[in-house]
Amino acid sequence: MAVTADHIRTKLTKDLEAVHVDVEDTTSNRCTTSFKVLVVSPQFNGKSLLQRHRMVNTCLAEELKEIHAFEQKTLTPEQWDKQ
Amino acid sequence: MTSLFRSTAQCLRSGLAVYRARPAGGRSRAASARFLCSAELQKDLGEMVKKDKVVVFIKGTPAQPMCGFSNAVVQILRMHGVDEYAAYNVLEDQDLRQGRHRDPAAPAGQLQVEIRAPAKLCTVDDEEGVKDFSNWPTIPQVYFDGEFVGGCDILLQMHQNGDLVEELKKLGIRSALLDA
Repeated sequence: MAVTADHIRTKLTKDLEAVHVDVEDTTSNRCTTSFKVLVVSPQFNGKSLLQRHRMVNTCLAEELKEIHAFEQKTLTPEQWDKQ
Repeated sequence: MTSLFRSTAQCLRSGLAVYRARPAGGRSRAASARFLCSAELQKDLGEMVKKDKVVVFIKGTPAQPMCGFSNAVVQILRMHGVDEYAAYNVLEDQDLRQGRHRDPAAPAGQLQVEIRAPAKLCTVDDEEGVKDFSNWPTIPQVYFDGEFVGGCDILLQMHQNGDLVEELKKLGIRSALLDA
């Protein structure tokens, strides 16, 4: 079963109450599933970078088993507004 | 008797063929072997990450990274002038030594460990062991002073926002970027 960008977006939006999610399929010829995500969630407030990434990893634990490469950027709504 | 022997041999052969054709079989076998020594492995990994101030688990070696993400970690450390760190290669040592590209479908094998300065070689289980140990799903993995720091994205962001210089300072390492 291939993991889709839409599926990842839906899950992150629901589980992490993300206000903004970018999912980019970075699959090359070699890999079947590679994704780059940007998650903006108020749940990241007061959390360290490692804690935030762990939250995303936990949310996508099942999907990550299928995913070959995974890049993530995690921002709070305030950090997102500044960019 | 001879025919019985022959048919048994055939069974064994065909069984072997099935095993080879289905990587899933190899996976489960590797998993049970890992289960047997997992406690020992966790202890080993616990000691490995504490042995050196900076420890990385990567695909390939610092001299020849086999993946863009691992390469990014190596390059970031190099930029900061961090030369002495332990680099553990999670790919099969056999394949690496012979310059073969590892088949992603093949069961993960032994973890070849290369520590630069002081040069040291040890062998532990495969990359699944590292992933379980840190509860982190991907390679590369970076440790400072025995503490899990994160993967490539986290190291890159720490590099960009200046945190990495501070973290290295805590380890008693002066970032080369301060002198640049």
